[in-house]
Amino acid sequence: MTQPSAEAGTTATDERPIRVLIAKPGLDGHDRGAKVVARALRDAGMEVVYTGIRQTPQMIAEAALQEDVQVIGLSILSGAHLGLFPRIVEELKERSVDDVLLFAGGIIPADDVDEVQAMGFKGVFGPGTDTRDIIEFVREHAPRRA
Amino acid sequence: MDTAAELVDALVEGNRRALARAITHVEADSAIGREVLRLIYPRTGRAQTIGITGSAGAGKSTLVGALARAERERGRTIGIVAVDPSSPFSHGAILGDRIRMQDLTSDPGVFLRSMASRGNLGGLSETATGVVDLMDAFGHDIVLIETVGAGQDEVEVATTAQTTVLVANPGAGDEVQSMKAGLMEIAQIMVVNKADLAGADTAVAQLRALLAIANVGAWSPPILKTIAKTNEGISELVDAIDEHQAHTRSDEHAAAERERHVRGQIIALARAALHREALEAAETTGALDTLVEEVASRQRDPRSAALELLDSLQATWAASRSSTP
Ligand SMILES: Nc1nc2c(ncn2[C@@H]2O[C@H](COP(=O)(O)OP(=O)(O)OP(=O)(O)O)[C@@H](O)[C@H]2O)c(=O)[nH]1
Ligand SMILES: [Mg+2]
Repeated sequence: MTQPSAEAGTTATDERPIRVLIAKPGLDGHDRGAKVVARALRDAGMEVVYTGIRQTPQMIAEAALQEDVQVIGLSILSGAHLGLFPRIVEELKERSVDDVLLFAGGIIPADDVDEVQAMGFKGVFGPGTDTRDIIEFVREHAPRRA
Repeated sequence: MDTAAELVDALVEGNRRALARAITHVEADSAIGREVLRLIYPRTGRAQTIGITGSAGAGKSTLVGALARAERERGRTIGIVAVDPSSPFSHGAILGDRIRMQDLTSDPGVFLRSMASRGNLGGLSETATGVVDLMDAFGHDIVLIETVGAGQDEVEVATTAQTTVLVANPGAGDEVQSMKAGLMEIAQIMVVNKADLAGADTAVAQLRALLAIANVGAWSPPILKTIAKTNEGISELVDAIDEHQAHTRSDEHAAAERERHVRGQIIALARAALHREALEAAETTGALDTLVEEVASRQRDPRSAALELLDSLQATWAASRSSTP
């Protein structure tokens, strides 16, 4: 195992760790995948706010606001993404949380990917995604803060 | 909301997004963050600040959640700062305290911010007390700070609050022993949480025995039993906190308590600043590397090396301090 450097979780222009919210909307109770991603991002030097399962759109948006995260990653297995994601985007907009990078993972059928991206999810990662791809994606696209 | 003044105006009006962004600046120790702290300080001092510390897994977050709910029932608004350790290897962190406080997320009277302890440069006290000040100035009636009671920085953060609550568990005989006088003397309230487990009364007795030989002042710390998971003992804990707060604000004790609290804060902040700036300077001047070589080859003893390091840093350090605005 290689040891990440002190700058591992940062972008070139920002020396602070990237703050990420990992949340599981919807009713399914399996958060193994979400935890794997959370740990991978931590090991890449990021600060990961993990909220647990069964999060409503309001809870996710409110947590994102209070934590002032740069990135929100949603994990969904229940198939309810087309219903839940627009509501989450709406709740974020209502709180003027407009400068966050959104990505989604879990089970999102290929047919839905375009629609999910159109909602504002820049990254959509299917099952079996290498966590290194997610890390790279986050590093590349996370907006800058203070 | 791009300048310090704009952020402060918005946050004192109750804009939650401004509070969140101001915290980000303070955490980053940015110029805006420092300016924000200067501007809001005159508006602080109204909130009850309460530190909750204790070993990992003692039930601090569960207790903070239960406390927050009980305080909400008493009509008070709450800011919560939950600090989790950063990984010493990757410098990343998993901040999981929200899991135990999910229901509070949708309560507009609660604002919860998770923080990573970020490294060992002693900066935690500086940022955490700043975040507490922001939550105070925002208008929260209560500000709760959760930190793991391992490592001086974490403990110190909890003690920069007006009321420090130390959380222990039953059957943690060794843990209670290791608290000895040191930790006892920083706490104004002791809690044996997980009182549903065997050994709670023994833990209370052990704490009481330690307290008997500890050096406490005019306030004698109560020892309470709680089951945070089921809310048992929580209203008694709120009462004990209120009593200590009343004590710190009473005519008789207010002056001494304010002095104790402010003195503790200044010492914690000075220690943190000294630690951070001295180590930063040691790294940039390379003075440390030279001494490491000398000690490693047994040409010098580590104690005189430490003093030498401080001496050699004084000039650089003073220069770098006077050049920062
Ligand atoms: N039996 C029992 N378990 C409890 C009680 N309070 C909390 N717990 C459990 O203890 C575990 C740790 O609780 P947390 O609240 O996360 O503890 P913590 O001290 O915040 O943990 P860290 O932040 O990781 O240091 C959880 O599984 C809780 O459900 C209690 O009163 N009794
Ligand atoms: Mg906790």
